[in-house]
Amino acid sequence: MSSVASASSSRYRDGVRAALAVAATVWFFGASYGLTARSAGMGAVAPLVMSATTFAGSAQFAVTSILGASGGTAAAIAAAVLLNARYAPISISVAQLFQGPRLRRLLESQLIVDESWALSSRGDGRFDRRILLGAGLLLYVSWVGGTAVGVLAGDALGDPRDIGLDGAFPALFLALLVPQLRSPRARAAAVLGGAIALVLIPVTPPGTPIVAASAACLLGLRRRP
Amino acid sequence: MSAVWLIVLVVGVATVVFKATGPVLLGGRELPDRVASVVALLAPVLLAALVVTQTVGGDNELVLDSRLAGVGAGVAAIAARAPLPVVVIVAAAATALVRALV
Repeated sequence: MSSVASASSSRYRDGVRAALAVAATVWFFGASYGLTARSAGMGAVAPLVMSATTFAGSAQFAVTSILGASGGTAAAIAAAVLLNARYAPISISVAQLFQGPRLRRLLESQLIVDESWALSSRGDGRFDRRILLGAGLLLYVSWVGGTAVGVLAGDALGDPRDIGLDGAFPALFLALLVPQLRSPRARAAAVLGGAIALVLIPVTPPGTPIVAASAACLLGLRRRP
Repeated sequence: MSAVWLIVLVVGVATVVFKATGPVLLGGRELPDRVASVVALLAPVLLAALVVTQTVGGDNELVLDSRLAGVGAGVAAIAARAPLPVVVIVAAAATALVRALV
């Protein structure tokens, strides 16, 4: 029993430390977002409001790149909404962690972001509420704070890609995927989901591959052997 | 309303709704067995899809670049049972190194 408890508390500490490393990375991307949003003509206030309300990097970057390339308003909205549609299945996967009044669940759910969700996963299909909300809050502050710095003084910072931060996210998600693969069914579903995403990347708008990949969960309907 | 603020408003509302879907509609409720076994697979499936899109995803195309080196180094760190923060740092360093060299 004590070994179980210590394994879970060491996993919790590992989660907290990882959240700090990820928060630093997210801060950098927030600053980069603030800078690019401002140069794409979004002004100073709108990017900050967007970071505080949308709180999802890929969709926000998509909007700035479409606006920066003089793309239309409808195209920017469609791309960002499609990119964030993955949060519907993601939020369903952690629904059970949220209790209490509806308004409280609504507010707490806004701390769900790819990284807080992934860090909180315990590897057996269950999630840790403390890590989801704790990491979510830390990442929220980093993202909004980074955006503010980027909007005001972004020129002073380099491109986060120069220090390889774009390669850190897929490695993080992979590290969090590995403990999920204990059962044959989970392995099959992960391979199928990854394959669906891979095939769809070149032929569908960004965002679609992840949403379509979630269909691989339907393997869960098969009877256990 | 300017186009920028229209985007901020619509995307913001849509994202709030997406993130609230599970917690507000299903929060605190036990799911039927069959639904639960589908939902249990969301984590491995979505993580696998995120790994793929963040490693080789581009704007409507597959892009093979130094992120692959980062993920490769991450795999080595994971295999060596490195803690998560180490995996993240090793992957960033390998990505940056290959990007600087190539």
